[in-house]
Formats: sequence, structure tokens, C-alpha cells
Amino acid sequence: MQTRIRGRVWKFGDDVDTDVMAPWSTLSAPWEERRGSLLHIRPRFADQVKAGDLIVAGRNWGCGSSREQAPENLQLLGIGAVIAESFGRIYFRNCIAIAFPNLVCPGIAAACQEGDELEVDVGSGKVRNLSRGSELQGEAYTRDMLEIVEKGGLLKVLEARIGAARKAPQ
Amino acid sequence: MAMTMAEKVLARASGRDAVSAGDYVTARADRVMAHEAWTICALRLVKLGVERVFDPDKVIVILDHYFPAPTEQMARGHAIARDLVERFGIRHFLGHAGVCHQVLTERGHILPGHLVFGTDSHTTTYGAVGAAGTGLGLTEATYVLATGEIWLRVPPTVRFLLGGEAPAGIMSKDVALHIAGRFGTEVAQYRAVEFAGPAARRMTVSSRLTLSNMGVELGAKFAFFEADEITCAYLRKRSKEPVSFFGPDPGARYESFHEVDISRLEPQIACPHNPGNAKPVSEIGRVRVHQAFLGSCTNARLEDLAVAAKILEGRKVHPGTRFLVTPASAQVFLDATRAGYTEIFLEAGAHLTTPGCGACPGGHGGLLAPGEVCLSSTNRNFRGRMGSPEAEVYLGSPASVAAAAVAGHIVDPRQFWKGSTIR
Repeated sequence: MQTRIRGRVWKFGDDVDTDVMAPWSTLSAPWEERRGSLLHIRPRFADQVKAGDLIVAGRNWGCGSSREQAPENLQLLGIGAVIAESFGRIYFRNCIAIAFPNLVCPGIAAACQEGDELEVDVGSGKVRNLSRGSELQGEAYTRDMLEIVEKGGLLKVLEARIGAARKAPQ
Repeated sequence: MAMTMAEKVLARASGRDAVSAGDYVTARADRVMAHEAWTICALRLVKLGVERVFDPDKVIVILDHYFPAPTEQMARGHAIARDLVERFGIRHFLGHAGVCHQVLTERGHILPGHLVFGTDSHTTTYGAVGAAGTGLGLTEATYVLATGEIWLRVPPTVRFLLGGEAPAGIMSKDVALHIAGRFGTEVAQYRAVEFAGPAARRMTVSSRLTLSNMGVELGAKFAFFEADEITCAYLRKRSKEPVSFFGPDPGARYESFHEVDISRLEPQIACPHNPGNAKPVSEIGRVRVHQAFLGSCTNARLEDLAVAAKILEGRKVHPGTRFLVTPASAQVFLDATRAGYTEIFLEAGAHLTTPGCGACPGGHGGLLAPGEVCLSSTNRNFRGRMGSPEAEVYLGSPASVAAAAVAGHIVDPRQFWKGSTIR
């Protein structure tokens, strides 16, 4: 799993909640149906975004529900990473659990415009704005968080743990 | 070392003498609650070849979000859930007895000092009985069901000191909305909350459940009340296990303190589309209400239904308004019926629906059309949460919801209330 990502920015504001990333009526729907209603606060977002693009948001991105489909939808859409002033905490944990890089970076909303190209490294927490030649320091992942993301998520960690327990002598 | 409630729970659950805010620990669960998410989590376990959960006595499964099944797909999901309950030998399958947090609390499954993980963001509700409850997504819940443990950062704690006597017509929901409006929905982001002070100590468990439930709308990981005489009296009727007081150590370190004088509060209404858009009802203006919804883990307990019944008694629901009452649990429904509230609601023209989550998360049982307005006793009014993204959801107390059902628009509930105090 890549922890250093480069891409083009789409900007969002404060308090974008999990219900608009994954409306309840679509939670059990197949991906093709889920795709269209994703982030419906911004019409046709899913059609315009390209694989590897980044989202830069204000405060409290992903507040609300524990539904994992919120970050999962963004991941399936091909979003490379989300960089925000702050995150809803369950959303943020879900991102680590599914190995979808999201970074807390105070000052990011003012430091870039839509369409800028950024390079983000969740290991070091550094965010470089390649379009403007500026750099910001976000909150780097801890070693344990990085390990989960690098292994491909918590289910992979669990799989390895189960495998190791089976191999261990009784 | 003096510790906060969060630190005390996480020290015990991680097998350490002491922890402090900022430490990372691997903590062991005392209870794991799964609602419909159980189906997906358990199927993942099956796929990984895991044949048992970490402790079948500590896992509680309940189907609440889609009951009775509104679609064939949901019915199939429930059927698989029940099969998997059998297959994994889950001891505590609570069927469809109501909203998870209400049922687990009223049946005494959660005790002071417990560390509780749930597949639902409103797992903070258990803080009302002094437990550290927090929500997890599907992957983390699957991991905890298999291993019984997960990594956590020990959160700093924000302490709210609630003082003053609640004026007539003011409920704990008004306090919660006032806090969200005044301090913002990030005041407890990545943090634990302790609700304390004389007004907190006087609150019933029912009123505390509302505030702890709304804790997650402040960003909180846990939202505690100290477990005191009131908590123990409530739980001793419901649990076979010993119940004891649980609170922070004297001298525990807090990140911040916020004082809230509830004696000056007006009824509060959160405007679309965020619980933090809360204002006193006098600043709202005349907003027509198409649907008044009294339901959810936030505010559909007996105490809430009693307040609504008192407002509805001898009155009629406004002809332009639908008033939906979804009791939080089957037990609440039964108690409300015995108390005569059900008859009052039906006489007034309300619609009673099956206990469960119902319309709150937008699953079934009262969704909204474009352009419609709902005043709801629930916890969130995000755009599109209860149906159309073009609908508007306002949040208020059960008193405010019942008053709007009668008036047909948002109104100060105190005009229907003379004399005694409602809480």
C-alpha cells in the first residue's frame, strides 16, 4: 500500500458528513449504484473525478456515522488521499482500517486551491504543494497506524495473525 | 496517579496500572454490540476461517435498523444474521427488541467502567451509566469480534460542568443542543467528555442517555456521566452482576472545563443540516412542520413519551402534520401503553410504529419528500439523512416535537405547559 501520494486537488468545505458520502439508501447497493449518489452535495463529482485525485477539506471531514462505506466509496472511486483540517474520528479510524490514506493537516484549506497538485506522505506527515512551491507539516501516522496501512488494512493484519496462530505449536 | 474516567477504563482494559492522555494502548473489550452490521462482520470471519468470536458471552447481537424488514434484501440479511448467531453460539441475541443502545441499557448488559465497542457511532450512549462506549466501522468491528481487542489512543478529557435547575419545559436534549450550538460540534473531537456538576448529578438515567448519545455529535470518543446512586439504583434492578460507583479520581487532569448554567436555557432547535446549528426556539421564526418524529436512541424512552403525552392529552395533531411515534424499545412501548400514553397518542391522531431505529437513519418508517420539513427528536439532521436531500430536518426535544405536532409548526413547547417541570 502506497503511503506517498501525488495528485490533483478537489476542494470541499467544513462538516462534510458520512451520510453524503454514503447515503443510507445506497449502503447495501452494488458499487455502480452507490457511485452516482456519492458526495451528492457536489453534483456529478463522481463523473468528473479521476483516479489518483486528492480531496482537500476543511474541518470535521467525515463527521457522523460509523458507516465504513463512506471512506470505502471514496477509495473505490480512486481518490488517492484526503487531507483535511480535522476528521470525524470514527471515519478517520475506518480509513486506517481499510488502508485509505487520510491526513490531518492544519492550514491546508487556505494553502491550496482547487486543481493544485499536491504530494502527500502520511508517513512523515509532509504535504508539498507542487503548484505553489509551498510545504505544510501534517500529523504523521504513528508506527502502528503506518504498519496497518502498509499491510493493506486491518483485515490483512487479522489474516496474518490467524495464520501465525495456526502455525504456532499447540 | 489520578486518572479521568477514560484513563481508568483504558488502564484496566489494557492491563496497565496507569495510562495518560496521548498514550497508545491495546485495549480488551468487556462488551461488543453488533446490529445488522453483524451479518457482514460474521461473514468476513467465516471467510477468514474464524469459527468463534473472542467470547460468545460478551458479544450482543440485535437487529434494529431494518425491523420489520422493509425489503426482501433486508429480510435475507436478517435471515443470514440469525443463522450466524446460531453458528457462532452468541449467547445474547436480543432479536428485535428495539434500538440497540436502549435495549442493552434497559436490560443491564452494560455496567459502570465497562469498555464497550459497537458497530454504531451512538455507542457513546453507554457513557450515561459510566461505561466507555465507542463506535467502530465494519473492519475494526470484525477485528474486535475475532480478537477481543484493538488499538486506541487514550483521549484527553473535556469536562462539562452543568449547573442550575432546569426551568419548566427544558429537557436534557435542550442542554445537548445548546452545547453543540455554543461550543461547536468539534469541542470534543478525538476526546472524551465527562458531564458533571449538580445538574448532571440530578438527571435521571434516561436524561443522561440523551446527553451521552449526543456526545458523538460533539466529536467525542466516550461521553461519561459518573456512575452514582441514581445509576446503581437503575442497574441493580436490571443486572445480576454486582454494580458499583465509578468516577474519575480526585485530581485527575482535564484538558478543559466548560460551565453551562441550564437555569437560563430556552428550548433549543438545531436547524438544517447540522446539529451544531442550534438556536433558542424564539430565534427560529415560523417553520411549517410536515412530519414530527418522536423516536430513536436519543429521545424515545418512557420519560420522553410521558412528556409528549402530557402535551398531546386532550389535543389533536395538526391536520397538516404527521406525528410519528417510534418507541425506543418494546419494553418502552409496553410501559407507555400501561401508563396510558399510547391511547393519548392514538386519540390525538398520532401514528405508532414498531420500536427500532425507524425513520432516524433514513431506512424506513417515515422518510421525507423533497421540500418537506421534519422536526425530529433524533441526533442528526444531515442533508438527506431522513430521505430526500431536498428535505429539511430540524432537531428538538420530545416536548418541542410534540408541541410542533399540535401546532403544525415549530413552536415554544412551554406554551402547552403550565405549572410543573418537565425534564
